[in-house]
Parts: sequence; structure tokens; C-alpha cells
Amino acid sequence: MRSFMPVAALAALTSAILPSPGNAADEIATLRAEFETLKIEYADRVTALEARIEELESASAGKADSGSPPRNLVDGQNSPSDPQIAGAQEAPPSTSRSTASAFNPAISLILGGTFVNTSEDPRSWRLSGFTPSDGEVGPGERSFNLDESELAVSANVDPYFTGTMIAALSAEDEIEVEEAYVRTLALPSGFTAKAGRFFSGLGYLNEVHRHAWDFIDQPFAYQVFFGGQYTQNGVQVKWLAPTDLFIELGAESGNGETFPATRRNATNGGTFFVHFGGDLGDSTSWRAGASYMDVRAADRAYEDSNQFGSLVVDSFTGKSRTWAVDAVLKWSPYGDLARRQLKVQGEYMHRREDGQLAFDVEALNLSDAYRSEQSGWYLQTVFQFLPRWRVGLRYDALDSGSPNVGLVSSGQLPPDAFPLLRSSNPERISLMFDWNPSEFSRLRAQYDWDDARAEGDRDRIFRLQYIFGIGAHGAHKY
Amino acid sequence: MSPFIHSVLALLILGAALPADAAIKVLATTADWGALATELGGDRVNVYIATSALQDVHRVDAKPSLVARARTADLLIATGADLEIGWLPILVQESGNRRIQPGSPGYFEAASQVKLLEAPTRLDRSLGDIHPQGNPHIQLDPHNIAAVAKALTARLIALDPAQGQYYAQRGKDFDARWEQAIQRWESKAAALKQVPVVVMHRDQIYLCQWLGLKELAAIEPKPGVPPSAGHLSQLVNALSTSPPRMILLNAYNDPKAARWLSERIQAPVVILPFSVGGSPEAKDLFGLLDDTLNKLLAVPK
Repeated sequence: MRSFMPVAALAALTSAILPSPGNAADEIATLRAEFETLKIEYADRVTALEARIEELESASAGKADSGSPPRNLVDGQNSPSDPQIAGAQEAPPSTSRSTASAFNPAISLILGGTFVNTSEDPRSWRLSGFTPSDGEVGPGERSFNLDESELAVSANVDPYFTGTMIAALSAEDEIEVEEAYVRTLALPSGFTAKAGRFFSGLGYLNEVHRHAWDFIDQPFAYQVFFGGQYTQNGVQVKWLAPTDLFIELGAESGNGETFPATRRNATNGGTFFVHFGGDLGDSTSWRAGASYMDVRAADRAYEDSNQFGSLVVDSFTGKSRTWAVDAVLKWSPYGDLARRQLKVQGEYMHRREDGQLAFDVEALNLSDAYRSEQSGWYLQTVFQFLPRWRVGLRYDALDSGSPNVGLVSSGQLPPDAFPLLRSSNPERISLMFDWNPSEFSRLRAQYDWDDARAEGDRDRIFRLQYIFGIGAHGAHKY
Repeated sequence: MSPFIHSVLALLILGAALPADAAIKVLATTADWGALATELGGDRVNVYIATSALQDVHRVDAKPSLVARARTADLLIATGADLEIGWLPILVQESGNRRIQPGSPGYFEAASQVKLLEAPTRLDRSLGDIHPQGNPHIQLDPHNIAAVAKALTARLIALDPAQGQYYAQRGKDFDARWEQAIQRWESKAAALKQVPVVVMHRDQIYLCQWLGLKELAAIEPKPGVPPSAGHLSQLVNALSTSPPRMILLNAYNDPKAARWLSERIQAPVVILPFSVGGSPEAKDLFGLLDDTLNKLLAVPK
């Protein structure tokens, strides 16, 4: 039927355009002959078109003709392996997007909040024996608190780079750039490089974002050694070994903007880490690692009271070196996370600081040698006992050691001129319980027995938390 | 260009290209694509399968062993349509392997080779765990497997052109055996047309559509949302007047809700392998569909 339609149309067209035929019989014969030629020509064309349509239809049903691979290989433009073509043949999404927004990056937003009640005044909370890390530490204020809203935007830049920004919008109406980095996509031989601001790859929990933590807050060790999380402003290079055992090496350097380093007029130090990982049968997987960080601090100031109880500003200048080991073990029957999962993780950190400690820099400004060796560790386990329910237990401990303060040992100042540096062993037990209606929502309760303060009673802290995620579906690291 | 730069460039190019005699290292996200790669690649492929039939592929850990396998893979075969969105992007990212980045010849998505059913007209997470491009559980319609096999053969040829004839031949062989099997299955399964069933998650939809099974209801009220007691008793009310012949369950599903329902509406629970390896009989793709049909046909009328 299809092949007759154009012919009929052509006939109509011909009769309309051509002047009415004269009585000369040969003229009619000529026209008839021309018409016949056209008819045959068009029939051929239509057949060819039909064949082409059929070919296209079969090509989209089964993308490639496996019978004639050499043609596909030679004809580069039509190669079925061409990702452009593969993309073009994906089933079209039902929602049509305008061209202007088609390249919009993936956007996700995390909404969170807490309710806090403590038996002790949270304003007096501090980790005794350690210089304050001026980060996100402590149980938070009593009553309802809006947590940071975490806005993440990411997309591939081009075939070589991908970009990510994660901004934290705080309840104090401040916007903090948590991470903003570009990462390579196409380096050879298992290398990946990152540049910008990003959470350092040291330890296990350092790279994990707040909404993916298994407890409301970070372990004491992270709070005291890195102010919660160590942020690098610089570059990171990682290399993954081409082995079945997971072996990853990483190195970073940056400007040292965050505690325990300080910004100085040069690049500040480096961080190195190695991670190993693998499986133990079908149900168990593990990862273990070691990290080392070597940075400088210059005039790292903090508030303390002097021997008379009035506030003074002291400051440290020198080297700060931290090493850490971490291990994580996860178990779930046949790797099926949906039903049950057990996760055990622990980290140990050790920091040595060597340099000068200045006392009351705003008035007396006395300075002498300072040396401290401090450590901390935690061990936690989280058990998902039903598809949506989890319970967790964590033990935290810190050892401040007895810092060697030159100003005290030389007799210039009494020991109680540095009350914050008094030797102490803070510890804490945390019990967590959460309910996860879906992958995108979590409601949690946590109870802590907190011995952060050297003096006074044990703080009993009760907190409730909600975490909701909207927008692009995030993928979480191990 | 200096000789040094020349040799560095040459090394990089050589390092990126596939050694002539090495097998293609394949990382398949599910056992089905692993089995298909083995069918098509024979001993020219070295297949590692990321998950088992006892896992819900929506929810998998991006565990270190998988990152290590992604690092050395020449070809990543994923289902796509966002089925693996919670973990595969991390594997690809952490692998540092440019060969398997989405859009590269080493990244293959099965779902983009077939027409997906149930592409939602409304994208809203209040509707549960929905997939914007459509339902990704395509493997239980053998016509889909045939389409994926054709595209995968072409991809293997493109990755390892020196062995093009080998893959073309294997592809042809598989296609012939598969077409034959489809005819066998379809004549065998004619008795299943219009048989009423209840499914667990809507991941048996391709099977139902292929065999003409009549899906009366799903135990999950919305995709990925476990059934509440209220929803289950509603199902009992709705189904007791016209009960299904069977309740279909996948090997990885928690059987509790289905068993509960089964007792009340007098319909047996049929546990289907769903994926290669989901039952002792489902050793490969042929076994998967053989066993699926045998289990469906074993239910008395």
C-alpha cells in the first residue's frame, strides 16, 4: 500500500503542473513513458526507504547486528560500542526536560535537627587535659537545635574532571563551605587526584559526612585531635593497587587552615594514609588502615584561666604529628543489608606536639618549651536487628598524658597557671537507637554517660535527632 | 617532542590498551550479567560477580573487595536504570579506573538496551523507591536477555577487536540456543496465561508480562516499602473472594509477610530464583528460566 501512495500523489501533481495535452499522440506517448520511468524510480526509492526503516527498527530492538561485526568495526560512526549511540537508544524518560536544565548538577539536601537534654550545664563542657580544638565539639545546647542543613551539588565537568560542593547552612544563618573540590576521572593506572577543600582521607570516620554517622556526634578522639573532622585545603593524590586485595595509598598537602595546624605563609605539612580491605567469606567484609599527619602550628591560640582564675590567652607554636590506625568489620548474612547487619569499628590516635608554649600572650607573654604526647581511641558497634531498626554502643577514651611545660618545670609559673593542661582521662559510653523508615529518613535517640570534665559529676546526656535527605540519591562509601 | 615525552606517552597508551593475549576482565553487578558475559565471552573473559541472588541489589555495600575488582576491570556490566545507584557510583569513583567510567566503552548498561516497563509519570519519593527510567528488573523476560546479548556481543568485539570473530560466533551460537529455548519455554508456559498471582516487590513484572500472568496485587504497598499489618489485612480482604493461584517471592525476599498472607488466602508461596544462583537449579541463564517455569508449573490448578 505504502508504495502506491507517492505514485498516486505524483500522478496528481503531474497532471496539475503540466499543461493540458495537445492532440498529438506522440506527445501523450512521451509523457506516458516519462511517467512510467518516474513510477519505477519512485517504487525503487520507496522500497529502499522501507528497507531502511526496517533496518532501523531492528537495530533499536537489538542494538547491534552481531552477524556483521566487521562492518561495525570499520564504520566507526555506527560502532555499537559508541557510548553516544548507546545513550541515544536508552528508553526516553517520561518527563521531558528543557535543554537549559538538562545539564543541571545533581542536588541533594540534608535536613537535620536535635533535641538535647543534659544533667550538667553544657556551657561548662570541655575535654579536660587537652587544648581546645575550636571545632564542633560537645553535646550542643539544651532544648531544640536546628542542625546544619547540608546542600550538596555535584556533576561531571567534562570527560576529565568532576566537581562537588557541599555547603553547610547553620542555624546561626552562616554558610560554611564544608567541601568544594574537583576530582579527576581519567588518570591512568589507578590514580585519582583531588584539589580544593575536602575532608582528609586520614582515619576511617574523617571522610564520613555528618548525616551518615552512626552516632549523633563524633568520637572524643576526633573532637579533640581534629575539631570533629580534619579539612584539607589543598590537594590529594590516591593510588589504588591493581590487586584483588584492596590496597590504597594516599598523600595530601594543604595550607593547614584547620586545627591542629594553622595557616602560615607557606604550604603546611602533609598527610599520608594506607588502607587495606577485603572479604572473609560471603557475609563479612573489612577495611583497616593507618594514617600519619605532620603539620606545623604557629601562634595557635586558646583561652585558659591563669592561676588566679582570670581568663588569659595562651598559644602554641611548633610541630604537631598525629598517627592513627583504624579498622572496620561488617557482617550481614550473604551480604544482604536489607535484613540484618553488624558493624564493628575502632580507631586509635596518637598525637605528639613539640614546640613553644606562650602564656598570656596579651600581657605577660612568657614563652618556653612544650611537649605533649596524647592519645585517644574508641570502639563502637552498630547492629541492625530488623530491616529498619538499629542499635549501637560506643566506648570513648582519651589519655591527655602529662605535658612537659617549660614555664612550669623552670619554676617561672605554678602548675595551676595551665588548668586546661592538667592530666586527665576523659571517657564516655554512648547508647544509640534509631529507626529508618526509608533510605532517606532516620530518627534517632542517644544516651551518653559522659566523663569529659575532670571535675564535677558525670554528665548524663539524652538526645533525639532527625535526619532527612531530599533530592538526588546519594551513594555512601564503605 | 623530546624522546622522553615520546616514551612516556607510548607507555601511557600501551598501559591503557588491552594486552593482546589477556582475557577481558569483567565486573558484573549481578549474577545474570555475569552468566551472560560467560556465555558470550567464553574463556576470553574473566568474570567477577559483585552480588549474589540472595542480596537485594538496591542495597549493597561499596565494600573494598568490590572497589579492588573495579580497579582492574576492563568492562563493567551494570543493570542501570538506577538499580545500583546506592553503591555503583562509589565503586566507579573509588576505583580510579578510567576504562569503566560511565560513557566509556568499558561501561555497559543492560537496561538501556531494552524498553523498560513502568516508567513513572510522576517522580516523587512519596511513591516509594521508584526508578525514573522505569523498572530495572529486566532479566526474567528472555526477549530482554536476547537484546542485551546482542549489544554485549558488539561491546566485547569493540573492546577486543582481535578476537572479533570469536565473539561474533559465540554471540550467534547463544542467540540460536536462546531463541530455541524461548520457543520451548513459551510453548511450555502457555498454560500460565491469565493465571492470577500476587507478587512481593514489583520486580517480577517482566516475568508476568512475558508469560501473561495476571498480577492481582503486590505485597509491598509501594516499591521498597515493607507491608504494614493494615496493608496485609486489606490484601486478605481483597484477595479472599478471588484468590491468586500463587504468591511469587524472590530468593532474596524476607518470606514472613508472604507466608502470613499465604496461610490466610490459601495460596502457596512460590520462591523463584529471580537471579542466576537463586536456586541450586539456576546455574546459568537457561537454568534460571527453566527453574522459574518449572516452579510456576508445579503449582496445582
